[in-house]
Parts: sequence; C-alpha cells; structure tokens
Amino acid sequence: MRQWFLLPARLWTGLFFAIPLCIVLAYSFLTRGDYGGVELPWTTESYLRLADPVYLGILWRSVWVAAVSSLLCTLLGFPLALFIAKSGKRKVFYLQLVLLPFWTSFLIRTYAWIFLLRDTGLINTVLQALHLISKPLPLLYNDGAVLAGLVYNFLPFFVLPVFASLEKMDPALLEAAADLGATGWRALWRVTVPVSMPGIVAGTVLVFIPCLGSYLVPDLLGGGKTVMLGNLVQNQFTSARDWPFGAAASFALLGVCALLAALLLRNRQIRSVL
Amino acid sequence: MKLRLYATLALLFLHAPLLVLIVFSFNSGKFTAWEGFSLRWYAAAARDSQLIDGLWNSLLIAFASAALATLTGTLAAYGMWRKAAPVLSAGLYVSLITPEIVTGVSLLALFQWSFRFLHLQLGMHTVIAAHVAFSIAYVSIVVSARLRGYDRSQEEAAMDLGATEWRAFFRVTVPYLAPAIAAAALLALAVSFDDYVITSLVAGVDSETLPMVIYSMARKGVSPVVNAVSSCVVVIFGALVLVSERLQRR
Amino acid sequence: MISEPLLELRDVHKAYDGRRVVDGISLTLGRGGFYCLLGPSGCGKTTTLRMVGGFENPESGEVRLNGRVVNGLRPYERNVSTVFQNYALFPHLTAQGNVEFGLRERRLKDCAAQALRALQMVELADKASRMPAQLSGGEKQRVALARSLVLQPELLLLDEPLAALDPKLRKQMRTELKRMQRQTGITFLFVTHDQEEALSMADQVAVMNAGKVEQFGTPEEVYLRPATRFVAEFLGLVNWFGPVGVRPENTVAARGGEGLAGTVEDAVFLGNCMHVTVRLFDGSTVISELPAQGALRAGDAVKVRWAPADEMRFP
Repeated sequence: MRQWFLLPARLWTGLFFAIPLCIVLAYSFLTRGDYGGVELPWTTESYLRLADPVYLGILWRSVWVAAVSSLLCTLLGFPLALFIAKSGKRKVFYLQLVLLPFWTSFLIRTYAWIFLLRDTGLINTVLQALHLISKPLPLLYNDGAVLAGLVYNFLPFFVLPVFASLEKMDPALLEAAADLGATGWRALWRVTVPVSMPGIVAGTVLVFIPCLGSYLVPDLLGGGKTVMLGNLVQNQFTSARDWPFGAAASFALLGVCALLAALLLRNRQIRSVL
Repeated sequence: MKLRLYATLALLFLHAPLLVLIVFSFNSGKFTAWEGFSLRWYAAAARDSQLIDGLWNSLLIAFASAALATLTGTLAAYGMWRKAAPVLSAGLYVSLITPEIVTGVSLLALFQWSFRFLHLQLGMHTVIAAHVAFSIAYVSIVVSARLRGYDRSQEEAAMDLGATEWRAFFRVTVPYLAPAIAAAALLALAVSFDDYVITSLVAGVDSETLPMVIYSMARKGVSPVVNAVSSCVVVIFGALVLVSERLQRR
Repeated sequence: MISEPLLELRDVHKAYDGRRVVDGISLTLGRGGFYCLLGPSGCGKTTTLRMVGGFENPESGEVRLNGRVVNGLRPYERNVSTVFQNYALFPHLTAQGNVEFGLRERRLKDCAAQALRALQMVELADKASRMPAQLSGGEKQRVALARSLVLQPELLLLDEPLAALDPKLRKQMRTELKRMQRQTGITFLFVTHDQEEALSMADQVAVMNAGKVEQFGTPEEVYLRPATRFVAEFLGLVNWFGPVGVRPENTVAARGGEGLAGTVEDAVFLGNCMHVTVRLFDGSTVISELPAQGALRAGDAVKVRWAPADEMRFP
C-alpha cells in the first residue's frame, strides 16, 4: 500500500525533475546544432570549453561573489542570531521578523533594491537633497549592488541554523567560562563561537549554494556587468543558443552545489541544526 | 547594549527596503521625492490589463499547482515516514539545492524535446507541471516535520478498532496532519506565486504571470505602478506566511 | 459449546535483524480468564502480544483464535482488541468520539448510546466530551479500556497499561481491571515486567525469558514451585544454599537452635516486617524476612534454618 503513496511523487519528480536533468546531461555531451539545438557526435568539447579563461573568469567571479556574500552574512547574521537566542520569550517574534521578508516575493525584494540604489533612487535622492553629493553615485549595476541583493535575500539562511545551534548551547557553559575567568569577548570567542560552529558552517554553506547559482540578482542588480554562472547558463540556452555548452555549465554548477550539500549532510553535528 | 543595537541594524537591513517601497507606493508624485499621499498608482495598477491578466494567470497556476503539490507531497511524506525511500528523498533534496536556472533550462529542454513528438505547446500546463515539481519538496518537508512527532500506535489503534489501512489513514492520520497540510499548501501557494526564473523559461505566450510582468516593468526602470503592485503582493504574502506559521506550530 | 481453546500459540518464532525476539513460544489460553505474560524487558512479551493483535506476523509457527489460524490476518480482521502502552487515544476526537470510533467502523446503530454506556462502566460518563489532552493519565487509560471493551472482543490485549501511572493509581487500577474482567467475561491477556502486578492480578502467568516461556501456571505455582532458576529469581528474592533455593520469608534466622551459623550484618525495618542480612561462615549472605518485633541487631550471632517443604530445587 505504501507504494501507492509514493507513486505520484515518484512519477512527478521523475518526469519533471530527474528526466529533464538527464536530458541536459545528455546534451552536455552532444554537439551544438547549426540552428541551435543539439546534434551527434558525442563529445566532451563543452566541458573542455569551461576551462577557457573567459569562462574560468565567470566561474571565479561566481565563487568570489558567493564567498563574499557568505562572509557578509556571517558578520551580519551571527550577532543577530546571538541576540535572538538571548532574547528569551520574544525569540519566536524575532525569528518571525527574520523570516517574514524571506517568504515574500524574491523578485520584489530584489526590485526593492533597484528602487533604493538607482540614480534617481531613494539613497541618491536623499543624499542630493542633503547636498552631500552633487551628482548621483553609481550605486546600481555593479558588484556591490549584487552583494547587497544576495546578502539581503539569503541572510535568513544563515541566521536560522546558527540560531538553532546557539539555542542548543547549555547556558551553564558561559557560567563555567566566567567561573574560569573568561567573560565578554573572550567567552564569546572561546566558548560561544566554537560551540555554535556547526551552525556557522551550515549557515555559510546554505548561503553559498544559492548565491553561487543565483540568476535573478546579478541579472537585475548587476545589469549584465556582473555575469555569474546562472546568467551564463540562461544566456547559452536562450540568446546564444549553444545548448551543449549551457548544459555543461549547468552540470558544473549543479555538481559544485551537490558536492557542498553532500559534505554538509555528512556531518552529524551539522545535520542536527538544519 | 551593543548587541541589541547591532541586531536592530540587521533587522532594519532586512525590513527597510520593503517598508520604503510600501511607503513610496502611496506617493502621489512619480519620482522618489515625497509629494503627498495618494492611491493613484494603485488605481493605475488596477486598470493595467497586463498586470490584471498576469495576476489571474499567477493565481490560477498557484492554486492548481499548490493543490497538486500538497496532495503529492503529503502522500510522499507519509510513504517515506512509513519506510525510508532513499531514492525519492535524495531526489527531493537535490531538487531543493538545484539552482532554479538549472531546473528551468532542464524543463525547457524536456518540453522542447518531447513536443517534437507530442503536439503540445508551452503554456499554463507546462508552468503548472514545473511548479508542482519544485513544490513537492517544500510540502513534504513541512508534513514530514509533523510526522516526526506522530506515534505509529495511533494507526495501529485505528486498525485494531476495525479500520482498514486506508480508513485509518483518512480518519486518524489526516486529521493529525491537518495543520501541517494547510501550512504546506500555503507555502506551496507562496513559492508558486513568487517564482520568476523557472516560470519565465517554461511559460508560453498565453501564460505570462504576475512576476513576469513585474520583471519586465522592473527591467524598463522603476515605475510607481510596480511599487503599488509589489506592496500588495508583499502584504498579502506576509499575511499568508504568518497564518502558515501559526498553523505549523499547532 | 466450542471445545477449541480461545488462543493457541504453536511454536511461534519472530526475529528482527537476525535477533531472535520470540524463539518458539507455545501457549494455550482458555476462555474468560485473566492471563499475564511476565518477563524482563526484551524478553519478547510485547512482540508476542503484537503477533496476537495482528501488528506483527510470526516467521514460523501458528497463532490460532478459536482453532482458526490467523497468521497474516490484519488487526481489523481479528476479534481481539489492544490497549496500548501509551493508550494511543486519537487527539482530535473527544473521549466519546474515541469510544465511538470502532463502533462507527463496524457501522453499528446507536453508537453514541453504546459509547456512553461504556464510559459509564469506566466511570467517565461525565467527561465524555473532553479531549484526550484534557484528561489525566488514569482517565486516558479508562477511555482506552472503554474504547476496546465496547467492541466486546473475545480477547483483550493490554501492553503494560499501568506502566505510565503513578504507584498509588497503579494499585487502584489493578483491582479495577480485575473487576472489569469479571464483569465483562472477556479474556484479558496482560503484558508486564512487574512481578507483583502479575501475581496479584492474573489467574495464570506465563513467565518469559529470552524469547521463550519458562513456566506457565497459577501465581502460586510459579512463585512457590518455580520450574527454573530464572523463574525463581525473577519472581522474588532467593537465598541459595548450593542447589537449593529458599525464599526469605521461609528462611528463619534466630539466636539459638539448629542451623547454619552466621552473623547479622544488617537489619532493615520495612514496616510490616524486617529484612535481616546474615553473613554465613562460608562468606555468602542470605536474607531472612522476620516479623518486625523480635529485633535482631547487627553483630548478633544467629543460626539460619528452613523447612524442607520450602526448598526449591533445580537440576
């Protein structure tokens, strides 16, 4: 009987997730057709092309942007998680506050940054009105805007697991640390941070993965200047019509994401905060 | 306290952009300078036939795909709770971490390839199929979380009292799962309504969704009409999510 | 008149992951009695009960109800009912709704009236509309009993039903279960690891160990004439004098007379009696249960003796 329960999900996930991925995998080993599409023979050409300096540059840029986003999330998110974990009864309220914007439209949250950052956006308007600047600052369509958008969108991914691990921490640990002479910053650095390390690692990777494959944020906020792997994939499948190469890029991207997730899930301590 | 200040700033960072957007959606002027309170952009949005069509398409897709995904995902979560199904659960995990753009192009590849044999076109049905595929994982996570606290002897007791497996499932397990199923449905509704990346790749000419309309408007530059529409979406979503959370904690 | 026994287990085996949990059990229960499966945790008693209830299937051997083999029949295809250890009340239904559940499954008429009568029997009619979360542990237990009894099963299975109750309530429920069994005439099969519970309630006790039944008999038989060393030790304290075992209440320690010589090491006052620990000259210790007055003290030299009729011998 149990099989009947699993059947719809198996069929649907198979048909509209697994099979499409297999098709893309097959495409990545085929040759680009003259009018788009794919042709025989089988080849690894597309994967080899990923090593081209142009594409290595994109790969590097994606990794760099994702890494800096994760770092910024750590700096912004750790104190926030610590604050929430310490806030007693109001914990649930603060957690909801962190999660609320996360569940509202991703597109609109990204759009909100265009509204803030563009030449006639709120920040430039205010600064000009205060006569702090005479010409609008070029805030939009650069790496900074992309980082702001990514950190803004994915910060909850960091806060949640860190909160989960801080919450599990025995408060007596800090009392013991104080008893042994470590208070304030030293206790934070020598006790709180190491104890919540599984959460920090989980959070960092959970931010890194979606940042690496992000498409919408660099598209809207990077204005075509900050091309990342996601945009490369989209471009190859639409305007460039080089499906085999787009497919190879997809699998390179998916491979890195899956590898990171697998590493994360292997650690039991980390699994417990997810 | 320094920590409180820092946390307040972080929370401000999370909320200010959307709050500012909502405030300026009520601005009577076209530009970012505040010129007075007005609902003119809401009126303009209500008259914009592209936005209205997009909204209807989005609602139709969201309700259809949420219904299907909730049913499929709930059954799957239950099946996996009864006995581990490693292949399916691995598949669902992978679907969660796969970048949207990769899911999108692979579905596009599937449809383009299969439509050579099937005389079909991209349209509402392809969007719904895609949305169900990525929502199943969300639904099954929410329902699985509730099943973790479920005691197998509940079903055994039902069977002991004369209910068959199916009747035990519907009379005892489903009522127990009801809050989680409702929360999962709302979540599926939200992720479907929100999706732009995958939708834009598998939508046909007749199935432009609200996010697609908003995207094309945002590409052209900021329009106060987009602010108005966005504010509506944000507020409605926020309410939906709060309801969903409340249900999950029951 | 049906001549077949109500329940018969014939050489039943069950293993999990290669571990033999039930290892060849044979047992025959008649109609209308109060039976008990007694044994330490992990001895296979709950698994045996679950095989009778239809939640597990034996790997080999037969489970017969009224002479009919029921191996492979689902729980809803057997006229037995189980009271679960944690009661397994449906949290979304009221007490009354829980009791009506099985009646509705059988599509019987006037479910509500029958359910109410069953709740009256367990003295919970006034709480019929409460949800399980609003009931105390003892009340939940009664609802679970009513829920099963209202279906008038031939056999009621109880899986450590008293384990979750506090000690005072547990004692009270013993009498009550006994009363319900007599009142309904339904056969009760009760699983417990508490020998006092088993001895005080059961008409017949099956003492289990390591997947096997070591002895099946009345409480007097298993306590006074245990078939194996395990049974003797599981049911109470035993003083060993070589191959001979004697219960403390049959072991007399006195200042004079015949017997094995020893010294009182410790004397513990237990209200109605005393437990006196005596170290014999061979170094072993024995415990003697004596009337509370008569005061032996630590250091006293005593003689230990017993009547040959009270000896328990094992090969």
